[in-house]
Amino acid sequence: MIKKPSQAVIDIKPSGIRKFFDLASSMKGVISLGVGEPDFDTPWHVTEAGVDSLANGQTHYTANRGLLRLRQEISKFHDEHYGTKYDPDKEIIVTVGGSEAVDLCCRTLLEPGDEVIVLDPNYVAYEPAILLQHAKPVFIELKEETEFKLLPEDLEKAITDKTKAIILNYPSNPTGGVMTREDYEKLVPIIKKSGIYVISDEIYAELTFDGEFASLAQFDEVKDQVIVINGFSKAFAMTGWRLGYTLSSREISSLMLKIHQFVIMSAPTPAQHAAIEALKNGYPDVLEMKKSYEQRRNLLVSRLNKMGLKTNMPHGTFYVFANIKPSRLSSDDFCTQLLEQEKVAIVPGTAFGVHGEGFVRISYATSLDNIKKACEKIEHFLETLDNQRKEELEAEVLEVMEEIISI
Amino acid sequence: MNIQELLRLLEKDARLNARDLAEILGEDEQEVAEQIDEMEKNKIICGYHTVINYNKVLKDELVMAFIEVDIKPQRDKGYDYTASLIANYPEVDSMYLITGDSDFICLVQGKTMFEVARFVSDKIACIQDVNSTKTLFVLKQYKQSGLLTGDGKEKVIEERLVVSA
Repeated sequence: MIKKPSQAVIDIKPSGIRKFFDLASSMKGVISLGVGEPDFDTPWHVTEAGVDSLANGQTHYTANRGLLRLRQEISKFHDEHYGTKYDPDKEIIVTVGGSEAVDLCCRTLLEPGDEVIVLDPNYVAYEPAILLQHAKPVFIELKEETEFKLLPEDLEKAITDKTKAIILNYPSNPTGGVMTREDYEKLVPIIKKSGIYVISDEIYAELTFDGEFASLAQFDEVKDQVIVINGFSKAFAMTGWRLGYTLSSREISSLMLKIHQFVIMSAPTPAQHAAIEALKNGYPDVLEMKKSYEQRRNLLVSRLNKMGLKTNMPHGTFYVFANIKPSRLSSDDFCTQLLEQEKVAIVPGTAFGVHGEGFVRISYATSLDNIKKACEKIEHFLETLDNQRKEELEAEVLEVMEEIISI
Repeated sequence: MNIQELLRLLEKDARLNARDLAEILGEDEQEVAEQIDEMEKNKIICGYHTVINYNKVLKDELVMAFIEVDIKPQRDKGYDYTASLIANYPEVDSMYLITGDSDFICLVQGKTMFEVARFVSDKIACIQDVNSTKTLFVLKQYKQSGLLTGDGKEKVIEERLVVSA
């Protein structure tokens, strides 16, 4: 008999997004507000730098940490934009997307039985990465009333002797929530005192609207406890290039490098050359795309509120986390029926944790035209739902009346 | 109101109506509508067009050519008088005064190559002060108004994931 593979892997639940992907892929004419990546093409000068590197024969491994020139540009970018300093030689590792970085952090920090605090709802990749280390995710419920922010009292309550780390993702996929400097200030003493690590997934940092991006790494008291994850996917529209990086203390960085050098060797070389160009000359492109996202957000949030789906204005990412409780449908039913009846694909909040129930994630990484069309269809869906309810109610009333008459 | 941004949005997508634009820019719908009216009256907004990929349709019914025109500018009137004589022909789609060997470049459209050639020889070449013309026929269009019209783009978009994390 063939032996059983790893139980930890068998136990990982399939992603809640998979079902909608399969369903939407099987249908024709679907308008998708369900994507987690920019709809823009990678800026051409960035792609060209990647193509040039291939043509010039730069098709070999790079240093394990990534090209030094790229690490220098990353260091410069973070210094200039966020005021944080990292040594390109010892504190930066270029990874295969932010995804590798998440896994790398969990492998480096966690031992069986450790507790890791995860926010709920949150991005789908954290829980599996924790479980694969035989560690335990401990969830903190985020609430719409407080704009899905992490509150100090909730953090304090969740920390135990076993807590090793917390995973943060602000601006947040799926909620669009952000944490300001003032919000983080209140967490700093708690994190300092507890000695836990902070895995801060800041992949949407550049997509912060209506204010400045903030990070726990900006607080010197806790900087050595923070591992920053960032990358090129969202800001520079480079998801397919698979390029991210970690910023951390040199101690943690050298441990992470041990794993990275054996598992990955080095991130793809052409992508690294493209990324150098992105950091050197691509910032105007980022600002241009950011402006478009902001305009789409304004349109989408305004339409949703007008059709009765109460939605806070999110201050980051390209997602709106809309409250669908008035529809009296579960998140899953809402999304399934919307897709089947109106061919609009969105993602149920429950794909991002149990506390996502009552919400749906609507992505505005799509054209204004698609957003307008989808909104019309969502509105029609809600009207149909309303009419059905009314008919059901009328039928009930009629039944009761008939009963009374027959008596 | 951010007029520059309003114009930029309309330039990209003329189908955005006052309601859309008001929501996108966070402005009052009535004010946006009035602003657009005003700009239409003042000819800041001169018209609304659709970008059509003629590689795909009407292949045999439309011929385009760039015509370089060399002229002798008139005393007191400069280039503008002769330019208006040319630009007024409906066959001329767009026209610019340029640096280099010729003075004007015009995009001209016609049903056949013969028709375009006749237009150049019978109309433009006969205008007073026109010294010479040079006709460059368009073989294929790759980009128009900031949009790529070459082949293969649709396939790439189709391969993108419909729903993703």
